Amino acid sequence: MLPIDHVIGLSAVLFTIGTVGALTRRNLIVMLMSIELMLNAANLAFVGFNRIWAANPEGSALDGQIFVLMVVTVAAAEIAIGLGMVIALVRNRDSMNVEDHSVLKW
Amino acid sequence: MTIEVVLFYALAALAVFGALAMLLFVREVVASAMGLAVTMVSLAGIYLLLEAHLIAALQIIVYAGAILVLFLFVIMLFDPNNDDFDRADPPQIAIKVAGIAAALMLGVAIAGVVSAGLPDAGELPEGFGGFRDIGLQLFTAYVIPVEAAGLLLLAAMVGAVVLAKQRID
Amino acid sequence: MLFLVAAKCLFVVVLVVGVCVPLLAWVDRKQSALMQDRIGGNRAAIGGVTLIGLFHPLADFVKLLTKEDVVPAGANRVLHALAPIIAVVPAIAALAVIPYGGVYTFGRSTVSLVAADIDWGVLYIFALGSIATYGAVLAGWSSNNNWSLLGGVRAAAQMISYEVTMGLSIVGIFMVFGTLKLTDMAAAQDSTIRIMGFVEVFGWILPEWASRFPFTLPNWGIVLQPLGFVMFLTCSMARNKRPPFDLPEAGSELVAGYLTEYSGMRYGLFRLAELVEIAVIAGLMTSLFLGGWTVPWLSTDRIIGAIAPLLGEAFANVVCLLAQVAMFIAKVVGMIWLQMLIRWSLPRFRYDQLMNLCWKVLLPLSIANIFATAGVLLLLGEVG
Repeated sequence: MLPIDHVIGLSAVLFTIGTVGALTRRNLIVMLMSIELMLNAANLAFVGFNRIWAANPEGSALDGQIFVLMVVTVAAAEIAIGLGMVIALVRNRDSMNVEDHSVLKW
Repeated sequence: MTIEVVLFYALAALAVFGALAMLLFVREVVASAMGLAVTMVSLAGIYLLLEAHLIAALQIIVYAGAILVLFLFVIMLFDPNNDDFDRADPPQIAIKVAGIAAALMLGVAIAGVVSAGLPDAGELPEGFGGFRDIGLQLFTAYVIPVEAAGLLLLAAMVGAVVLAKQRID
Repeated sequence: MLFLVAAKCLFVVVLVVGVCVPLLAWVDRKQSALMQDRIGGNRAAIGGVTLIGLFHPLADFVKLLTKEDVVPAGANRVLHALAPIIAVVPAIAALAVIPYGGVYTFGRSTVSLVAADIDWGVLYIFALGSIATYGAVLAGWSSNNNWSLLGGVRAAAQMISYEVTMGLSIVGIFMVFGTLKLTDMAAAQDSTIRIMGFVEVFGWILPEWASRFPFTLPNWGIVLQPLGFVMFLTCSMARNKRPPFDLPEAGSELVAGYLTEYSGMRYGLFRLAELVEIAVIAGLMTSLFLGGWTVPWLSTDRIIGAIAPLLGEAFANVVCLLAQVAMFIAKVVGMIWLQMLIRWSLPRFRYDQLMNLCWKVLLPLSIANIFATAGVLLLLGEVG
């Protein structure tokens, strides 16, 4: 049998790597990719828990997987808009480094 | 030590390796993107081991096959000579905050998982996680979230078209 | 059990890569030559025997093996080497789910002529096609060449656009057959369907003996979803980057697009991926739309029922197997011929025409197809 707590542990590790990436990397694209990694880690946790609670008599047996579908939808929409904004920003300032876009910092 | 457990650990190691590659390839953004692709494909393999067949297929088709290709597309359009990497180190405060956040999150998560004592995964009916069950659930119990997701995608499409339009005035 | 699966996989891979791909290369030369009123390649000879040009694929193979693999200076060596592999592996892996025969029982053992009978077989092929996108994109990026980069960018946009429409155009077939499993779909096409109303409308003009005919069509996907057939063929050829959709490697505009800096066996692997993908598309279209391995109007039950009382169950199964595998091969050959015909007839699409076709023509048509199919199924009461 698959050790599900190791699955959740893997999800925690991936989420941490994603957070560190979003906080420390300066490239716009890599920051977006780190956020995607965080969403993927959350998906893994959902699917892992769904495997345990699948025989649950009260709720639906597939709650976790349906939530994953919703998360994938939201991620796709977010990427479309996010990349559109990145393209607009890069066209304006000709740099993908977030330090060059920090005009609003005091 | 069944073949499933061995596969799971191999795929988990590959996923972490890909995520670290995404984090640590400072000079080549495309290598970062490919690291994330490796992570996503290995996560799809783990979903297969967890009896989530439709989610595994959709993970590869949507995430690894469309979203990451869009990332590569934007990188290729705007940084073809690969000279736009992180030039300087991130500011000290960012590294400190990231380090503390990482340690806290990992600690809390692992402690929570260890102390929760999750029950074992039981046996599942045949065809669990296939498209039939998920389709039925989506259009009976979860029809409102599905419609809301459709509206969200419509809003995203309209927004993307507006963002990409050239200004005429 | 595992041994049987491995044997079937090996058989399919050796058959397609060893026999089918060289034949496809030969067909490419000869069919184009016949269509263009010339002779085509006929000089490659072994010991003075030219076998109507069948040695040319072998000559090509030896040439590509012995050519130098030039990697341009400043190229990303890892990605440059990885791209052909990412292009080839999904194409060959997709052969695992295509059924080339049904289920046959010989005495006590049953054999099903498909390497992997996955419940979501069609989604598996879509997923592999999504991975194949990376081959072209990474090839374009890693070559340190403007033309390659343009070819790679075009490939990325083209392949992800047509991926969407490819999925939607097939939803009609999923609804009609109610399954994603390719073996079940082929088996569901084993029967015949009455042409609705034909006898009632035309019965009064038919002579007496003709009215005893059943006037049926085989229950094939192309009869039930003709629009889906055309759309899926278009999208599959677009994803395969075959002409008329070969903008990513446009010979007359981009030197060779994303293939510019590839020579030797790396180029050979890209070409191999393209030819294997032709075979995969032919096999997939056969299983989905042309009835797979079934013989039209002669269902498996009829064949076995006709032969078994005379010569025994096992022999009937053998005859059935041979007939159905031969039928599958004939249909796949027909689909390959059709793809080659389209390849050599139509001029290349302009880029905006390509995107226009996908997003403004095929996408609304496929959604309309879904609605129409759902409406017809609801009317016929076959829902649920």
